[in-house]
Amino acid sequence: MSNAAIELRGITKRFGKITANKNVNLSVYGGEILSLLGENGSGKTTLMNMLSGIYYPDEGQIFINGEEAVIRSPKDAFDYKIGMIHQHFKLIDVFSAAENIVLGLKENGRYDIKKVTARVKSISEKYGFDIDPDKKIYEMSVSEKQTVEIVKVLYRGADILILDEPTAVLTPQETQKLFAVLRRMRDDGKAIIIITHKLHEVLSLSDRVAVLRKGEYIGTVKTAETDESQLTEMMVGKKVSLNIDRTESENTADRLVINGLDLYDENGVKVLDDITFTAKSGEILGIAGIAGSGQRELLEAIAGLLKVSSGEIIYNNPKTGDSENLRDKTPIQIRDLGVRLSFVPEDRLGMGLVGNMDIVDNMMLRSYRRGKSVFVNRQSPKKLAEDIIKDLEIATPNANTPVRRLSGGNVQKVLVGREIAASPTVLMAAYPVRGLDINSSYMIYNLLNKQKENGVAVIFVGEDLDVLTELCDRIMVIGSGRVTGILDGRTADKNEIGLLMTGTNGGAENEN
Amino acid sequence: MLTTIFAFINAAIIQGIPLLFGATGEIITEKSGNLNLGIPGIMYMGGISGIIGGYLYEHYTDNPAAWLCILVPFISSIIGSSLMALIYSFLTITLRVNQNVTGLALTTFGIGVGNFFGGSLLSFFGETGSISLITTGNYYKAKLPFADKLGLFGKTFLSLGFLAYLAIIIAIITSYMLNRTRTGLNLRAVGENPATADAAGINITKYKYLSTVIGGAIAGLGGLYFVMDYTGGAWTNNGFGDRGWLAIAIVIFAVWKPSMAILSSFLFGGLYILCVYIPGLSSSSKELINMLPYLVTILVLVVVSMRKKRENQPPAHLGLSYFREER
Amino acid sequence: MKTNEKHTREPLFHITKRSDIVWWKAWIIRAIAIISALIVCSFVIIALTKYNPIQVYKTMIEGSFGSERKIWILLQNIAMLLCISLAVTPAFKMRFWNLGAEGQVLIGGLASAACMFYFKDSIPNGLLIPIMLVASILGGVIWGVIPAFFKANWGTNESLFTLMMNYVATQPVAFFIMVWVPNGSSVMGVINQMTKSGWLPDLFGKKYLLNIIVVAVVTVIMFVYLKYSKQGYEISVVGESENTARYIGINVKKVIIRTMIISGAVCGLAGFLLVSGTNHTVSTNLAGGMGFTAIMVSWLAKFNPVVMTLTSFLIVFLQRGAGEIATAFRLNESVSDILTGIIIFFIIGCEFFINYRINKRSKKEAE
Repeated sequence: MSNAAIELRGITKRFGKITANKNVNLSVYGGEILSLLGENGSGKTTLMNMLSGIYYPDEGQIFINGEEAVIRSPKDAFDYKIGMIHQHFKLIDVFSAAENIVLGLKENGRYDIKKVTARVKSISEKYGFDIDPDKKIYEMSVSEKQTVEIVKVLYRGADILILDEPTAVLTPQETQKLFAVLRRMRDDGKAIIIITHKLHEVLSLSDRVAVLRKGEYIGTVKTAETDESQLTEMMVGKKVSLNIDRTESENTADRLVINGLDLYDENGVKVLDDITFTAKSGEILGIAGIAGSGQRELLEAIAGLLKVSSGEIIYNNPKTGDSENLRDKTPIQIRDLGVRLSFVPEDRLGMGLVGNMDIVDNMMLRSYRRGKSVFVNRQSPKKLAEDIIKDLEIATPNANTPVRRLSGGNVQKVLVGREIAASPTVLMAAYPVRGLDINSSYMIYNLLNKQKENGVAVIFVGEDLDVLTELCDRIMVIGSGRVTGILDGRTADKNEIGLLMTGTNGGAENEN
Repeated sequence: MLTTIFAFINAAIIQGIPLLFGATGEIITEKSGNLNLGIPGIMYMGGISGIIGGYLYEHYTDNPAAWLCILVPFISSIIGSSLMALIYSFLTITLRVNQNVTGLALTTFGIGVGNFFGGSLLSFFGETGSISLITTGNYYKAKLPFADKLGLFGKTFLSLGFLAYLAIIIAIITSYMLNRTRTGLNLRAVGENPATADAAGINITKYKYLSTVIGGAIAGLGGLYFVMDYTGGAWTNNGFGDRGWLAIAIVIFAVWKPSMAILSSFLFGGLYILCVYIPGLSSSSKELINMLPYLVTILVLVVVSMRKKRENQPPAHLGLSYFREER
Repeated sequence: MKTNEKHTREPLFHITKRSDIVWWKAWIIRAIAIISALIVCSFVIIALTKYNPIQVYKTMIEGSFGSERKIWILLQNIAMLLCISLAVTPAFKMRFWNLGAEGQVLIGGLASAACMFYFKDSIPNGLLIPIMLVASILGGVIWGVIPAFFKANWGTNESLFTLMMNYVATQPVAFFIMVWVPNGSSVMGVINQMTKSGWLPDLFGKKYLLNIIVVAVVTVIMFVYLKYSKQGYEISVVGESENTARYIGINVKKVIIRTMIISGAVCGLAGFLLVSGTNHTVSTNLAGGMGFTAIMVSWLAKFNPVVMTLTSFLIVFLQRGAGEIATAFRLNESVSDILTGIIIFFIIGCEFFINYRINKRSKKEAE
């Protein structure tokens, strides 16, 4: 066989103490589709960003067509004919497709948008894209925008295409269309890498599959010689024992009953589809799923931040025994009903906390309205801040330090500490240990467990399946905005969850 | 009656020309994402620099040559206003100072410089009285030789000084540049979404600097037109008035399109002097009519924001500085 | 073959955001900026006057502190600039660019003048002055709340809107002056010169004392409001992160409108003080550009009302001093605007060195 289009040898990339990629070897040839498979946080995107010039590897070499290459900027990547289609499109909304495609290009000759349009059309015809070069980006569906990104890369003459989870935002029909195009490009001799975690797509599309797990390269297999269970095992690995304490749930009661929740985003895409589940007091309900499957929207809908289009959110008040429907209520109205709902959002400094305010002022975010006085009371928040700093061992000079200056783990402790201090009856936490070191993570697990023992209904959105299976009493799996299964946390098997997440199993499968 | 109407149109155009220079300059600047509120100051600067250049030339030569009478003030005006725009660019682009604060300070500064030199230039040379460069002014006012022979049409449209036609030409070229050239595409991208433009390999800093400085220079010509053509080479302190702000209003009214700015400028110019042409108007109601340009601008601003039509919005990144590490 | 050569063209400096700076370092940077600004100003002064700049600066100090009367004028000017700066501050803290203080002050002043003109002697001063106060505040509020309403509901660009409102405000003032002054001179003389009705009384025989006291009180109230009140806290949260505000259930629209009511009200108050306590007349130039200068005062003080007393002192001192130079050296008084501009450029520019760190790019650094 001739030289690989791309060959990676011993690539390692660290961010501070965290090793994102460790000694990865990988190769892809012209005329083939390689799937890069791995769970969230397994280092797939980081690895590919080193090919597209966004990061530079700490160790290892990259060979392109057999020659060693140095890629330090996106421009270098262009020069090597590498084109990457990111998950977040880099397009200018008020420009037409054709304008976006030629943006920044230094072509010779007069700028003639008609010529560009003609060339875009010929590329589209060659590979079977469906694209209107004159259409403005803001009028386009997500799938059309993605097409523009792909054509943009082809227009610049890319021979090596990297697509970062291209199907995450597509409907099944659109996915099929995309795959047809990708196959045609492969037959045209292009080398294609597609980052994904959907097993059935891997099997139906790619020629070979490379698997990463927690930053490490696990291996490459030919698609023809593998099956779902082998790939799942490669992807999730053997069970790792974390020794997280899990107490038995006692005196559980239905605290929060979610019934048939539907929600559309601002683009009119359905992000929650008939979500139904119950969160019980005294237990931790885990929510597993590929990132962006609707977890954020679900929690924000319950918290009163997003408007649902149908369904109900019933809260059973343990004190009064009343049931309240929280749907269409603002956060203030929810609080005024006596619902003690705490929420640790995913975006800590952008939503849960104010980075430029000190710890005391951040403590007040929830409680500043208390009392009739027109003035805020900083005495009790200050005491609370000091208590939390002490109890959660937050490393900070004092309680008047702006939280933006704290490390990620300490920021999270401030946030979780505040939310727990409100003595909630329901506690929702989205990725509470993301980016945290081991010690901080365990402290968070312990805090959640303590809440559970106090009879709080805890909802934990997580990404590490080992954590989910050791911490949670029940695990709800969602895929593409639907509940694909609810499992017992004590007996659930990682492979089983993995299969539910990637949606090759279960009645909720929405692929055709 | 017809004569009055044509006289009105002629006056509206004359009033509109400084506004058009200012608006075109501000559009180029805003397309790069810089909201330059220093434009009023820059226009004063453009005017006074032209005056200084013209005065020095007339002062040091006995027989002023026509082409130098035109060129010296022209070049000095451009240098003066470019330097102002450069101050703004350095502060907002390189030092990332807030654009509003910088722009307002620049306006204070520019008007100060204008009024200071306007008031004291003569005293530096031991003269008294007020500045009046009649020779230079006449060269700037020179009209096409056949203008008077073409009746009302000639009088109305062809009797203007060359800067007036330059203003229209610049606006048309700007319109072409923004919509039909690669540079224009890249410039618009910088103002809309600098992170994306940056990823596409466009040099953000270069585009922002160039468009702000060129935009400033063009706006400054509006000041030059005012002092050389409109007033015929005379300077009165604060004589330029609030025309700089009116130019910024036109940018909004023309929804950031230079071609629209041409007609909008004449319209605003017309509104500016409308009261003179309405017979039987009391002097107090004249003042209320002067409110019209600003009211219609507000109306446009509100309607545009309500309709949310994407093409008519201000550049999305207007007023914000760009810092790559924040991506 | 691709090599590293092209990377030698990368900038030599690498700029990163500072997470923290020791307070004294920040103040050293600011001091250096002010000193550099004064040096540049000296060069400008030498170029213009050919006098010794030390001599000129001495003249400036005399211009501000030379006599008791000058000191009172200085204090009065500081008070008025400070009052308008205080007015725009809550809006800025919320990241709402109120560039319309000029117009809000003007309308406030017009309202007072109208009361003075129409009620003249029919109402006793004790009643007239409160009526004027209320009318002024109401005028400022109306002028401020219109842009806020559109911003809150449709996201209409507030800096352009408020800017335009300034010039809309100019015309009614010009209109009423035309109506009130029959001879068409378009200059309004002192209103109620004889009866002094609607004039703020002198306190202890000092003309401006009441103005200064009122502004001092407003300063304290504004400081307390922003720092210790619940509403002030909400303003900070909305300004820092609308997402967080939503998360804790703050009604962002309500806060925007409420804050602009306050901003407009204080502007209206400033208009009242200018008409009733200072000028006893109204003109389109009532605010005299202070609405814009106030923005710089507030910005330089990082929105802290107490620091604003210092920054407004700095600006007023410069302006009065430069005015004195102008008279003493027979220059045009616009020289003050030039010097103010230069000093502001330096001070706002130096914040960059406080907020960002400039690292020399090491050769082997791979980003």
